[in-house]
Amino acid sequence: MHRFANPARFLRIARVCTPLLTLSGLVLAAVGLWIGLFASPPDYQQGDSVRIMYVHVPAAWLASGGYLGLAISSGVALVWRHPLAGIAARAIAPVGALFTAICLVTGSLWGKPTWGTYWVWDARLTSMLVLLFLYIGYLALASAEDERHGGDVTLERGAAILAIVGVVNLPIIKFSVEWWNTLHQGPSITLTKSTIDPAMLLPLLTSLAGFSLLFGGIVLMRMRAALARQMVEARGRRLAEAYA
Amino acid sequence: MSRLKPKHQRLVLLCAALVALGGASTLALTALGDKATYFYAPSDVFAHAPEPGTAIRLGGLVERGSVAKQPDGLTIAFRVTDNAREVPVRYTGIVPDLFREGQGVITEGRFGPGGVFMADTVLAKHDEKYMPPEVAGSLHKVGRVG
Repeated sequence: MHRFANPARFLRIARVCTPLLTLSGLVLAAVGLWIGLFASPPDYQQGDSVRIMYVHVPAAWLASGGYLGLAISSGVALVWRHPLAGIAARAIAPVGALFTAICLVTGSLWGKPTWGTYWVWDARLTSMLVLLFLYIGYLALASAEDERHGGDVTLERGAAILAIVGVVNLPIIKFSVEWWNTLHQGPSITLTKSTIDPAMLLPLLTSLAGFSLLFGGIVLMRMRAALARQMVEARGRRLAEAYA
Repeated sequence: MSRLKPKHQRLVLLCAALVALGGASTLALTALGDKATYFYAPSDVFAHAPEPGTAIRLGGLVERGSVAKQPDGLTIAFRVTDNAREVPVRYTGIVPDLFREGQGVITEGRFGPGGVFMADTVLAKHDEKYMPPEVAGSLHKVGRVG
């Protein structure tokens, strides 16, 4: 684990992985979306509005998965004080927030023709909105702390604690449709079975894989940019001292 | 007892905090119980009759063969069932496209005279099955789907 935590080694690996993840993600997402939007059958109940699923489900999965990544990075940053973990958390947060917003918007657009409403306050929709607020709260707190400590992530604790506390929302999102009566339907895909026809499952899983790789690529890109900025700032400080 | 290194202290602290957080959330969710539920099923309504005139949401399946258009052309009457109990519902207005017999529905309204649920809103509930029309058609023929 600590082998990869060395920033220089991380940068060497990330330099190779970033284009790999980004390009394969773009290709898979494009293929999945193309099949989903043009080459897959409509649904027997929903007609063509089922196609929103090929964006909505990957967005929902990355919103929750991204938050788990944010919380784990924050935990590592708090306990081991490793700067890479703090940088990873900062890199994940806006990307996860974006996917949460995409999930909410696409779900709402699907809800109108299917349910007859854009929004209801049921447990699934509400807990997903809370996830967006957690991301926004994290971003606000993190940027306030960055200003205060000059971007030294090892000194910043508030945002990390918020991210960890927010983890309780993840099982609530997952099980909301089983614990309570909700307007949102239950899970279609579990570890053992799927109630989605194979002709629709294939583009869904392709687009899910594509968006996940793209998510990883964007996070690596943001981490490299953050490390590069730190190096430039450190060099600037050294030069300023040398000329002082 | 040997002293823990600071990072191990922080690890123990984090684990203890996570356990406490998990316990507190479990207690909160248990206390919340079915108050976070979005709608009641017909059986719930029979088990705990709501105060007359209070607005509630009632959800279940539209009973097969129960949908009847009223003479005014705008009002429909149907029964909502959870396969144990059923409740008669009346609604005036346009129902969503997915409102069908045998499909899930959530109605919002209050109980009127004679135990009839007077709905102000009707939402269609979608289930977790997704399939092309041809597959649905052949399943209907062999009788696997309702």
